[in-house]
Amino acid sequence: MNRIKVLIVDDEEELASLLAERLNLRSFDSDFAITSVDAIKSIENKLYDVAIIDVRLKGMNGIELMKLIMQIQPQIKVILFTGHGTEEEGRRGLALGASKYIVKPINLENLMLEILGVLEKKG
Amino acid sequence: MKLFIKKSENKQNSYNSKPERNYGKLLRVSILLISFVAITPLIILTLINYFQYRKTYEADIIYPLTRQTSNLKNNLESFIQERISVLKYISQSYTADELANAKKLSQIYHSLRNSFGGFVDIGIIDKDGIQINYVGPYELLGKNYKTQKWFNNVIFNGIDVSEVFMGFRGFPHFTISVLKTTNTDKHYVIRASISSEILNEKIGSQEIPSYTDLFIVSRNGFLQTDSKLYGKSLDKFPLKLSLFSKRTDILQTFDNHNRTILLSYAFVSNTPFILVEIASAESLMSNWSKNRNQLLLFLIVSIVLIILVVVWGSNRFIRVIKENDIRAARMMHEIEYTNKMASIGRLAAGVSHEINNPLAIINENAGMIQDILQTNEEFPAKDKIFRCINSIYKSVSRCSKITHQLLGFAKRMEPKLEEINLNEFIVEVVSFVHREAYLNNIVINVKNPQYGTITLVSDRGLLQQIFINILNNALEAISESGRIDISYSNIENDCVEIKIADSGKGIPEKDLPHIFEPFYTTKKEYGTGLGLSITYGIVKKLGGEISVESIENVGTTFTIVLPKVSNITGEL
Repeated sequence: MNRIKVLIVDDEEELASLLAERLNLRSFDSDFAITSVDAIKSIENKLYDVAIIDVRLKGMNGIELMKLIMQIQPQIKVILFTGHGTEEEGRRGLALGASKYIVKPINLENLMLEILGVLEKKG
Repeated sequence: MKLFIKKSENKQNSYNSKPERNYGKLLRVSILLISFVAITPLIILTLINYFQYRKTYEADIIYPLTRQTSNLKNNLESFIQERISVLKYISQSYTADELANAKKLSQIYHSLRNSFGGFVDIGIIDKDGIQINYVGPYELLGKNYKTQKWFNNVIFNGIDVSEVFMGFRGFPHFTISVLKTTNTDKHYVIRASISSEILNEKIGSQEIPSYTDLFIVSRNGFLQTDSKLYGKSLDKFPLKLSLFSKRTDILQTFDNHNRTILLSYAFVSNTPFILVEIASAESLMSNWSKNRNQLLLFLIVSIVLIILVVVWGSNRFIRVIKENDIRAARMMHEIEYTNKMASIGRLAAGVSHEINNPLAIINENAGMIQDILQTNEEFPAKDKIFRCINSIYKSVSRCSKITHQLLGFAKRMEPKLEEINLNEFIVEVVSFVHREAYLNNIVINVKNPQYGTITLVSDRGLLQQIFINILNNALEAISESGRIDISYSNIENDCVEIKIADSGKGIPEKDLPHIFEPFYTTKKEYGTGLGLSITYGIVKKLGGEISVESIENVGTTFTIVLPKVSNITGEL
């Protein structure tokens, strides 16, 4: 069975880990990273279908990280996490290659739908 | 619209920290002060003018009057003095015998009459008062004057000028008598009578204005000549002239008929005559009073005009001040309001960012618990835990909604203007809430009584927010079964009027003035109190107006007036 590989990048470790764990319970193959350095390490080691990145990360801006990740794995689909009020950054991300931005908090069912939706577009 | 105005006034009062000016008092003080400043100099000037006029008039009236009296008095004095002198001359030039001689006296009499007018007769009276010689038209020879006052007077003083009297001659005349003293103690009195006609002539020859009366009165108070107003010659003169004065005097007094008169009089020296000239003050002063009345009229008209202008001006002035105060207060309020909104915005942005992550964690933890429960078949109180988890989800969703609204409130994005077809736009907006309406058995009716297409130039997102906020409110107000009517039409000034009427429970009257205030909510647990405040802010930002009418248990109607081309100013 070909599980969808997802990388979650969010500096809220608890949130990132919970999301990853819950996605895994639902037959996804997901990892999480809490810093951009960890995220790049993961990207270099494993091929992912989707990366979910918080636009506001400590150290590096989520959009900068997205650009780096897309250089390493051009096929990867990126979903950006934004808070309310930072939708503008989300829109900027879309212009720079992100497939989708979602506003936190989001329930898991919707997140899964978004992931599937993004991959569907890929065809 | 009315309600809206009322609302802003209410707010203005509560926001206006300055104490209210007392405009009534200000108006009164201003009117009094300006009137005082304007009218006082006018009154002073008028008074000065009045007294100056008066002085001029007095000069014009009194001086000519006294001058005339004086001149005539001098004239009379010299006339009588002349006659006294000639009699004195006769007394000294002729001997007693010559004077006692009838023929000689007749000669003297004729030359006297030829040289000096006025003499009627001449007589010689001896020291016992017997007329011993007489030339004239009357039979007076042998008359005894011993007991008469004038006779004693002439013996005592040497000269006597009598009052006008009838005497033995039976016509008004006066006499001049001089004493001729001789070495032999044989004194004679030369006495000549002069017709009072001569006095009348003297008076009559004076040119006097019609309002004056010129005559002679004796010191005993009898008229010596005819008077226009006070009787004939020898009548008693009704006024008293007791004050002796060498100079011509003038006084203002009342006559026996209670008329105000100017009385100029002069004592003719060496005679019992007083020359009197009376002018009716009323006619004399009529010009003056005409002038005075004009002055008074001018003063009154000026004062009335000044007061009118001052009252009008002050009213206008105070009104402008009041309007400016209101404008300033309104502006202050707007600034305070904007500042408040900006602070709330900054706070909200910060808070919602900080809250979103913990909310997400709570959400995911709840999800995790749910996941664990679902994989473990037997778990005590499983249902109850599921219910708890659902409650957590709902609460998170509520918090999320609040932060979302707060951020909507705080959003500072530049709006983007685009052409919007209002007809299509409303259909689209209604579709957002259509499902909820359908589920609650609520009918939404859209009506454009003018039928044509209305195009707005506005920000789509902001417009959507207005409609969705009001529609959500309407849905909540109705809760179940009812209708929402949306109508829109062109109105004047290139505006569109949109009415959204619901058949909901209505807004209590006490809440109506506050519904556009931030954080004012009647929805107790689940309202944030920001919805309508945001709506109000957006409508204002688009250059429009929003007002509300509501009747409890009947429904609420929001009326929004928007310019067709929004002129977006400021931030939200």
